Amino acid sequence: MSAKRINLTLKVWRQSAGEIIGSLKTYSASDISTDMSFLEMLDVVNENLIKNGEDPIAFDHDCREGICGMCGSVVNGRAHGHESNTTLCQLHMRHFSDGDTIVIEPWRAKPFKVIKDLVVDRSALDELIQAGGFISVNAGGAPDANAIPIARETAEAAFNAAACIGCGACIAACPNASAMLFVGAKVSHLSLLPQGKPEAKKRARQMVRKMKELGFGNCSNEAECEAECPKGISIREIARLNREFIKAEFS
Amino acid sequence: MNWFIDTISTSIGKKLLMAVTGLGFCMFLLIHMIGNLTLYGGKDLFMAYVEHLHALSPLILAAEIGLVFFACVHVATGLILFLENRRARPVGYAVKKNAGGRTFGSATMPYTGFIILCFLILHLINFRFIEQTPDAIFQAVSGTLSDVSFKIIYIAAVFVVALHVRHGFWSLFQTLGANHLKYMPMIQAIGIAFALLALAGFGLIPIVIGFIA
Repeated sequence: MSAKRINLTLKVWRQSAGEIIGSLKTYSASDISTDMSFLEMLDVVNENLIKNGEDPIAFDHDCREGICGMCGSVVNGRAHGHESNTTLCQLHMRHFSDGDTIVIEPWRAKPFKVIKDLVVDRSALDELIQAGGFISVNAGGAPDANAIPIARETAEAAFNAAACIGCGACIAACPNASAMLFVGAKVSHLSLLPQGKPEAKKRARQMVRKMKELGFGNCSNEAECEAECPKGISIREIARLNREFIKAEFS
Repeated sequence: MNWFIDTISTSIGKKLLMAVTGLGFCMFLLIHMIGNLTLYGGKDLFMAYVEHLHALSPLILAAEIGLVFFACVHVATGLILFLENRRARPVGYAVKKNAGGRTFGSATMPYTGFIILCFLILHLINFRFIEQTPDAIFQAVSGTLSDVSFKIIYIAAVFVVALHVRHGFWSLFQTLGANHLKYMPMIQAIGIAFALLALAGFGLIPIVIGFIA
């Protein structure tokens, strides 16, 4: 399929700094190849803005391969755009039509402060991890790889949860700006594996408390996170978090 | 008890309160509906049911106290969750679309809950805070539900209850940690069936009451 050229109208959230009130501004994106990724389309728009002496649109990005978790915006009301299991950098312009108007907004949640335009401060996710999303290791000689037997099914289940890239789309998509899928994925990933079990109780208790402290909302089982997660992480991980939490609190 | 207060103050703790009380209401709804089915059997069957029910008065009193307590917990916790969730996104989206997870029922839980609370008060005024003899109760039921505006209110309220149960039923299992590929489809199906059963069981009463009386 050969590339087409399309013209689009963008409505982009512009906010020059966190403390300044932002607004949606309209730009035209002309002669966009349908083979471009969404971020490449923004690059083209930015090139023109720079040429005209205007401030380019700030957006987060890094690997552009869908694996780092840096990119992400709400595109036409959908986190990472309307394609499922896709990060914004892997969303291609062939999924848009000539003449489309695209509204681009940053992740919205109380703990995610806008730094500039589409860039938000996601260090709240780091604080959640610091609250218990790790295993403590007494460093020494590397253990043999087969010293701790783990069933393949268990390893697969842990991998499913460990697929989280920490982009924050679950929080952006959640009607309540809850971080339950992010915490659920981390708690599941570690509690399934023998290395994570010794700290399982402490982890569940502390990460859940940290969510509230940071100002994230409460889960109401709407499953919007699951539908928007670029890594297809299931709300079953949230159910496992709930189980881990119940076990930790009531025993 | 400090640890308990601490636990139920957390995000998951509050959801557990909603789930446990919600499960209680689901069980009550089922029992209430089974009892009300006697209405379809005619006046005598219904009066006999009321008499039997009242013969269990100490148990009924205990159940009523339990239900009032559950209602207070469910409403207060729901309100706190609702307000906290609003605060979690101070700046909203100009455009927000559902990705496919959200249903009409799940999106309207706080509102359907509020409507149910209002209806509950009306329902208690209609049938609970009146003379508690089988005859008086039957007269109240047939009298109230013969009125067109009450017919509409009661049928609408049953719709709202069914909508609330549609999301609430599977949701409470998810909150309690019972979500597995093997049995979640069954829980979902039971939730929908239960909502439809409640819709039919309660919703038809105002329609057929004329024939019963």
